Amino acid sequence: MQVKTGTWTEKKGLAQMLKGGVIMDVVTAEHAKIAEDAGACAVMALERVPADIRANGGVARMSDPELILKIIDSVSIPVMAKCRIGHFVEAQILEALGVDYIDESEVLTPADESNHILKHNFKVPFVCGCRNLGEALRRVGEGAAMIRTKGEAGTGDVVEAVRHARTVLGDIRKLTTMADEELMRYAKEIGAPYELVKETKELGRMPVVNFAAGGVATPADAALMMQLGVDGVFVGSGIFKSGDPARRAQAIVKAVTHYQDASILAEVSKNLGEAMVGRNVSQMPEAEKIAGRGW
Amino acid sequence: MKIGVLALQGDFAEHVAALKKLNVEASEVRLPEHLKGLDGLIIPGGESTTIGKLAVAYHLMDSLKVFGQRRAIWGTCAGAIFLSKDVSRDQPLLGLMDIKVQRNAFGRQIDSFETDLDIPELKQATGTTDDYHAVFIRAPIIESVSGDAKILASIPDGRIVAAQQGHLLATSFHPELTDDLRFHKYFLTMVD
Repeated sequence: MQVKTGTWTEKKGLAQMLKGGVIMDVVTAEHAKIAEDAGACAVMALERVPADIRANGGVARMSDPELILKIIDSVSIPVMAKCRIGHFVEAQILEALGVDYIDESEVLTPADESNHILKHNFKVPFVCGCRNLGEALRRVGEGAAMIRTKGEAGTGDVVEAVRHARTVLGDIRKLTTMADEELMRYAKEIGAPYELVKETKELGRMPVVNFAAGGVATPADAALMMQLGVDGVFVGSGIFKSGDPARRAQAIVKAVTHYQDASILAEVSKNLGEAMVGRNVSQMPEAEKIAGRGW
Repeated sequence: MKIGVLALQGDFAEHVAALKKLNVEASEVRLPEHLKGLDGLIIPGGESTTIGKLAVAYHLMDSLKVFGQRRAIWGTCAGAIFLSKDVSRDQPLLGLMDIKVQRNAFGRQIDSFETDLDIPELKQATGTTDDYHAVFIRAPIIESVSGDAKILASIPDGRIVAAQQGHLLATSFHPELTDDLRFHKYFLTMVD
């Protein structure tokens, strides 16, 4: 039997299985269990959620392998983990640990200010952040098999997630109306590989699965991102920085499935306890924003 | 003919797209009332725990069990797990098919694979001779079949990856991720 592993179909395919789902940040095996029981389609194993990374300051790195392995052992759903932008050795370590997806993430302190990881070199698939279509397609060009809009992680303020999703999806709508002879100029303008610009136009959507991230804190936030047109959502600090994580996690899972049904959204939004306190992005100094990391 | 695709979580849009390529009317099912008027149902790939929990929360378990007594259902990967009677752990199952399933049987994502399968029934039903190229993603295997369930496909080491029980079909792999529509055609022949 001829068997092929680590193919583009395999990498992209796992992200397709996550669609319509919620990927939750977890910092312990107990959190991971709560997330799985609430219906998360995957978990992101971290030492600290983004809100705490912000609060603590300092250099944020890949998590301790021991913690990641404990989380892998505690759940049956896929486990993702983050490495620093450009830190391909952290990625090699995460691949060796057996994580199912690597997030090359701006939430950690970048290791390379010029280059992202050449993700085609790995068998494990990668997800990367973006703020616009050009950035998304550069990452896909490097081998990212899944994209997420960046938002502003650890704030609980959905405004940046909306901005980035509207920009990416708006760029795609604009692209679909362009004449074929305009695509090379557009590729040059947004700094994206021509072949991927062409493919995006033909498909009328991103060539890989596209989730929203960075600031989703309520079921309504999650449904808003879904109605804008993303394939699913990442929730970071929004769950385990809230008053009743299990209940909120379940509510967000239901909101992503029933994102078009306002009466269900009303029902699941009831009595969730305190949402994470959050930080208003418009009042945040530029230097504290992390979405600008990567290019 | 109208086929529903369970749209609680997973790659339901890919199944809808495959059905549309075959000019079959398709609709998304999220609540029990969405099953009305359907001739068959596909349960997609995704996370079986997520799909199961949402099916329980929105009272779909009994409706799906009743639907599956008469009408055709096909489960791919997570869908196959959901159709099974036993998965050796505590999670919601429809128990419609007499199959025992093991989740993530090949390991983690880096062990996910593609390979060609020789499936005589598929070739015969579609009048074709090519092997079937199957995509396995964190895939389950069917450990055993019992009762009226029959083995449809195995990999060379003997592990079962597709089974059929009358109008019910389970595949560990994802025909919705390839351009080969033969499995969708095969399923449509099972729909009355």
